[in-house]
Formats: sequence, C-alpha cells, structure tokens
Amino acid sequence: MPTTPSRTAGGTSRRRRGPRTWLAALPLLAFTGLCFGLPLGAIAFGAVTRTDPADGATRLTGEHLARSLQGPYLGSLIGSVQLSALTALIGGVLGVLIAQVVVTSRSTALRSAALTASGVLANFGGVPLAFAFIATVGISGVVTQLADLTSLGWSLYSFTGLTVVYLYFLIPLMVLVIAPALEGLRPQWREAAQNSGASGRQFWRHVGLPVLAPSLLGGFVLLFGTAFAAHATAAALVGGSVPLVTLKIADALAGNVLTGQENVALALGLDMILIAGLVMAVYLPLQRRSARWLR
Amino acid sequence: MAAMTPTAPDTEAPTRTPAQRRTASRPRSGASRGTGIWRGAVLALTGAYFLVPLLASFVFTVHVPGQGITFEAYTELLSADGFTESLLLSLGLAAATIALSLLLAVPALVAVRIGSPRLRPVVEIMCMLPLVVPPIALVTGITTVLRWGPEHLSRTPLYQTFLAVQNEKFPVVLVLAYTVLALPFVYRSLDAGLRAVDVPTLVEAARSCGASWPYVVLRVLLPNLRASIAGAAFLTLALVLGEFTIASLLGFQPFAVWIVSISGAQARMSVAVSVLSLLITWLLLLALSRAGTAPSTAAAAPATTSRKES
Repeated sequence: MPTTPSRTAGGTSRRRRGPRTWLAALPLLAFTGLCFGLPLGAIAFGAVTRTDPADGATRLTGEHLARSLQGPYLGSLIGSVQLSALTALIGGVLGVLIAQVVVTSRSTALRSAALTASGVLANFGGVPLAFAFIATVGISGVVTQLADLTSLGWSLYSFTGLTVVYLYFLIPLMVLVIAPALEGLRPQWREAAQNSGASGRQFWRHVGLPVLAPSLLGGFVLLFGTAFAAHATAAALVGGSVPLVTLKIADALAGNVLTGQENVALALGLDMILIAGLVMAVYLPLQRRSARWLR
Repeated sequence: MAAMTPTAPDTEAPTRTPAQRRTASRPRSGASRGTGIWRGAVLALTGAYFLVPLLASFVFTVHVPGQGITFEAYTELLSADGFTESLLLSLGLAAATIALSLLLAVPALVAVRIGSPRLRPVVEIMCMLPLVVPPIALVTGITTVLRWGPEHLSRTPLYQTFLAVQNEKFPVVLVLAYTVLALPFVYRSLDAGLRAVDVPTLVEAARSCGASWPYVVLRVLLPNLRASIAGAAFLTLALVLGEFTIASLLGFQPFAVWIVSISGAQARMSVAVSVLSLLITWLLLLALSRAGTAPSTAAAAPATTSRKES
C-alpha cells in the first residue's frame, strides 16, 4: 500500500526536475568542451594545415603528418613503441607471477600489504622516481659504486636503463590489474577439472587461460599505454640520448625551432593520440568482457 | 561466556585438523615445499627490486664520500632558493584543481544519477577521454591555443583573459589542464561512491520529509560521499604535486619542475626532495587506501561478530 503513492510522487517530481538536473551537468560538459576539446581541435587542425607566412592564408596539407613519420621522428615513434612493448611484456609477465604468488598465499597480511604497496607504487612515476634511480644506479649512484656496475657495461641513461626504471611502476600496475582476475579463478573450477581427469596443464589450457585472457591482454595494453605516454621520468633521466616520441615533442615545443616545426610537434601529438586511442579501444571492451566472468 | 567461547573450538580443533592436514598434504608435500621456495624467491627478489632504490636514495642523501654521514641535504632545504615558492605554488594549484574538479563533477554526477540517466554515457565519455590523450600531447594543443591570444585576439578583451590565465604568480591555465587530467580519477572515485548509496531513494526520502534541494545535497548526499570525495581529492593532490610535463613545457615552476632545475647544481638535495615528496605522496595514498577499505571492514565486522556468537 505505501509503495504506490511514493512511487507516483517520485515519478512526478522526477518529471518536474528533469530539465534542472540536466543543467547541473552543463558546467562539466562546457568545461571539458572548452579546456579539453579546444586543445584537441588545435592539435588536429594544426597537424593538417599550414599557414603561409607571406599571405597569411591557411591551407590543408599532409606535409606535417608525413614528416612526423620520417627520419628521426619516425625513429622516436618506433623507439617509444619498442620501449613500451618491451616494458609492458616484461612488466606483464612479472606482474602476473607476483600477483599469483600473493593471491595464492595463505597469509592475508601479505596479500593486503602487497596490494596496498602496489597501489602506492603504481602511482609512483615522474621526476622523483628518476632521481631515486639516479641515486641508486646512476653514474655516481650508491649501488653503481658498491657493485662497480660501470665496468660491467651498465648505463642507466640508455634503453635498458629506462626499461629497468619503467618496470618500477609498471609491475605494481599489472599486479593491481590482474590480482582480482586471479582471485576470480574459483578453486572449484580447478577441482572440477581435476575430478574430470584434467592435468594441471590441461586446466590452464582450457579453463584458466581462456578466462584470464581478456584481463591479461587488457593489462598488457594498459601497461603499454602508460609506458607510451610517460614523459617526466625519461625527461629527467636521459634527456635526449634515447629516441622517444615524448622527448621529441618536448624538444620541438621548448626549443626555438624553425617555423613549421611546432606543426610537426602537433602532428606527433596526433600520432600519439591515435596510438593511445587504439590502445584504449582494445582495453575497454576487454575489461568489460573480463568483468563478466570475474565478479 | 566470553571465556568459554574461545576454548570450545580449541579443544575440538586438535582432534580434527592434524589428521585432515596430514591426509591433505602428504601426497604432494615435496611439491608444496618446492612451490614454497619458489614463492619465497619471487617475493625476495620483488622486495629487493622495490626497496633497494629507496634505501640507496636515502644513503645517497646522507652519506657524502670522504665526509661521512650528514643530514645537510635535508636541513638546507628550507633555505634553498625557490623551495618554498615552488612548494606553495604546487599546493595552491592542487587546492584550486581539487575545488574546480569537485565543483564540476559532483553536481554533474549527482544529476545524472537522479534525473538524467540518458546523459550518463556522455558524462562518462567526457570524463574518461583524457586518459586517451597523453599529457605531452595535451600540452602541444594548449600551447597552440595560447598562441592564438597574441596572434589573433590582441585587440579584443579576450586577450586580457589569455594574459591573466598565464599569470606567473598563479597560472590558471595549469589549474584548467590539471582538472582535465584529474577528471578520470575524480569520476571513477565519485561514481564508485554513488554506486554504493541508493541516491534516488535517499533524495526522495529527504524531499518527502520536506528538505530543500540545497539541504538534500549538502546534508544528505555529501556526507554519504565523504569517502569517495576524499579519495578523489587525494588522487588529485598526488597528481598535481608530481606533475612535470605540462608545467615545464608551459614555462612555469611548480615543485616537480623546481626539483629538476636544481638537480644539476645540487644533486644531493634534489634526491632528498624526491625522497621527501615520495614519502608524502605515499602517506597520502596510504591514508586513502585506509579510507577506502574502512567502510568494507565496518560492513564486514557485524558479519564476523554474528558468526562468533552463533
């Protein structure tokens, strides 16, 4: 009895305040349109147009995009993709290993400590991380001096060095992403497989991996995107000795370069957005798919 | 009663569990010892990899070769050129960013929950899109837009806005950019908080009790969202304190940019500041994860007590 009147009351009041609630979302939409849409539009517009300094006319051109895919710029894009793919692969594998050890351990203290630490470490990037590694394994770093790493051919300011540094925040990120999926693998499934005579390998081949696959791939893609977009760590660490697209963009923006060069920076920015967009287009559906199995 | 309950299972347990454990573990005790070693090795290596840089950084800051242990890198910080200014700038930017992002996101998300569910995908996409755009790409767009000021708008009142936005003392443009970067985190945090409470019912109940709209939002909804608002604020604070790319390319000098600028001349101090900023960020995030788990433990507590009683 009491539910019926309240439901109609809610219905009418909802109809009445419909337009007003719509207004409450307006500032957010206007803000993102202005402060996010405008720069994006500027990137897209600048990447495909050229303003003639003589007559001030703006014409469409594919020149900047073409140049962003040539020579040192192409090299930096390839370098970024290689570094991101390598670190995402290593970070993904190690992250899964660690998460599996943590998830299957009987100690809940270890589990909560590891997950909290992962949450904290995954947010640790940028300048402080770079300096921590410089102090540790840089030229005059503590471990470098102790273990005499320089004579072993070690250099932090290289592709390998960057890989080691990036793994510091990528591994915890993978642990965070994959731990719920590993926890979602019910022991009952394993028991069911064993009772029907499946070996451990068969269980992983036909049950474990198919269930985990979206999360694994999603985690890899997320790590790739994170490594791809990282700039501060690399900027504080290597400056320009490793070709990375983020460093090239920063060079083109910061230095007083030739006219037209800033349009190449915009074109590189557009290239990055396209690659990152591709990554997210893979990641989001995968995340949704794995959420269906693992809850 | 209280003395009896723990003893009862204790007397029962030894008679059952050893036998069970023996039958369960005997067939593959060798295998489990092997996985135990493997498990320990993985954990030890992981621990070393994540702890050594932190310990080494600390040693680096306090140990000067030939001089021994000194804490000068830390004590000289306060008097260092630009330290207070850049830190205050970063904190001010963080406060403004938190305020702006909450002011924009809270009404929008609440509105989408109670009145306009059809807007929801739009709001979600708008808030999550910044994840797709790397900060360095965003900053190329921002510099281009800022250049329009002097190039096209120098005769219009908008030009003054462009200048004011780039004020050295308080660069509003950074607040705007940081708000864009923070939106995905703010959205996720608030969305999770709103999911946990039944907003339409709460609002209807408050409204039928005669509460005004401001009262509903301020006294009914916000207290329920306290944890997720705090979470969003913490994440935004950590993001702004550590942000380097946008600030350095737009030519401002908040905290992260200042650390890099002194690293050439005072390497020890730059590492010391990094260690400190790490500790501060970690404490913030730890507090956040505590706050995040608090409701679930509170919810779990009645269940465990009731089980104990039965």
